[in-house]
Amino acid sequence: MSPDSISALRLSLQVAVAATALNALVGIPTAYALARRRFWGRSLVDLLVTLPLVLPPTVVGYYLIVLLGRRGVLGAPLYELTGWTVAFTWYAAVIAATVMALPLLVRTVRAAIESVDRDLERAAYTLGRSELRTALEVTLPLARNGILAGLVLAFARALGEFGATLMLAGNIPGRTQTVPLSIYTAVQTGESAETIGLVAVLTALSCLVLVVANRLGARAA
Amino acid sequence: MRLDIQDLAFGYPGKEVGRGVTFGLAGGEVLCLLGPNGGGKTTLFKTILRLLVPRRGRVDVDGESVAGWSRARLAQMFGYVPQAQLGLFPFTVAEVVLMGRTAHIGPFATPSRADRAVAAEMLAVLGISHLAARPYTEISGGERQLTLIARALAQQPAILVMDEPTASLDFGNQVRVLGEIEQLAHRGIAVMLSTHDPDHAFLCAHRVALLHEGRLARIGPPAEVITRESLREVYGVEVTVTEVPRADGRLARVCVPSLGTTGRGILPGHPGHPS
Repeated sequence: MSPDSISALRLSLQVAVAATALNALVGIPTAYALARRRFWGRSLVDLLVTLPLVLPPTVVGYYLIVLLGRRGVLGAPLYELTGWTVAFTWYAAVIAATVMALPLLVRTVRAAIESVDRDLERAAYTLGRSELRTALEVTLPLARNGILAGLVLAFARALGEFGATLMLAGNIPGRTQTVPLSIYTAVQTGESAETIGLVAVLTALSCLVLVVANRLGARAA
Repeated sequence: MRLDIQDLAFGYPGKEVGRGVTFGLAGGEVLCLLGPNGGGKTTLFKTILRLLVPRRGRVDVDGESVAGWSRARLAQMFGYVPQAQLGLFPFTVAEVVLMGRTAHIGPFATPSRADRAVAAEMLAVLGISHLAARPYTEISGGERQLTLIARALAQQPAILVMDEPTASLDFGNQVRVLGEIEQLAHRGIAVMLSTHDPDHAFLCAHRVALLHEGRLARIGPPAEVITRESLREVYGVEVTVTEVPRADGRLARVCVPSLGTTGRGILPGHPGHPS
């Protein structure tokens, strides 16, 4: 494989790991809140985290540009303050992958949390445990396999992200060109050898991830 | 200690189960909640324990609303004895009772020697020290009920809430559990329990509350609340309430149902069914 392919592979793994970590940080508390709490705007949150699943990735990417681009709602003040913009950096690839993977994680984790017997949580409450500690010590450990399966799926989704990444991060070799973008470029320029190598690596990784996710899912059931 | 329930309305999101419930309970007193299935007993308990948020009204302890209390503070005031279920996890009886110390243990601490001593004491109080090392999943229903009472006592609560503590126990264990309830009241604990058996209320309660269709139909001394009329009204069955001499010579009230003379038939075509 060429140095470009290797750097694409390294970047993809880096982006997928970072996006999975962000998913855990944001997605698990969101899934818990959706599964266990009633709050104002709950349906809206539910809608927002599910939307990337059904919207074309380019549309999600467009919204991310509107939000984070140099002239974006959040991007413009950031640029004025720091002279830095997130677009066309590898952080942009992480954000795009995070948003696109979030629905998979939240839906899987939410289902796992909802399947935890609430009486076990109530037992912890009546013995004097706070909701936060009950979530950390009772609910999440019992939903462990579902959470792991969700993280694996999110990782796989982040690894394969294309459309939203292209919109927000661009396709800069060595900086934002992940494996899927690299494959696209290779096909466009007729470098079939490069294409086959990267396609094989990505297919193998995806198969591995699915096997792991299925095993975790089977143990959770 | 004094517990005051004022105009409490309770239920689940979108569904009211009961309302207008007002009563008080003092230390050393046993209040027995009686009423048909679906009458709201368990929901009322869950609301008092703040597993459910009241729809209206308040729960006060010594004049202070418990609404803003932390789980730890609630657990130091209210001990809860759920219906004895098959355990899911093979914790030993000693470990289950030690869990009653949760509210007294600091956020990052483990149970101290003092906590273990309290747990051991409660096992001794209930006469089940010999079960300490046995897995909770392998003891009998009566033993599980005693274990759960010991766990609630390990919380050192001022109020004990017991959901049908005699249900699914054999006769001997029912009597034993009722005896423990009497002892707990002697120790100054306020006990609130639900039961399906009017005789159990006669045996251990100072006051009886009759909960029917989510409202307090009656509340007062057992002899005034558990009558032929009230049981007919609430359960739709005919009973005779009578007095029999006990071994110690005192009179005990018992409630004897008359079979086949029910006011309301359960099955269509039943002789008592209005058709």
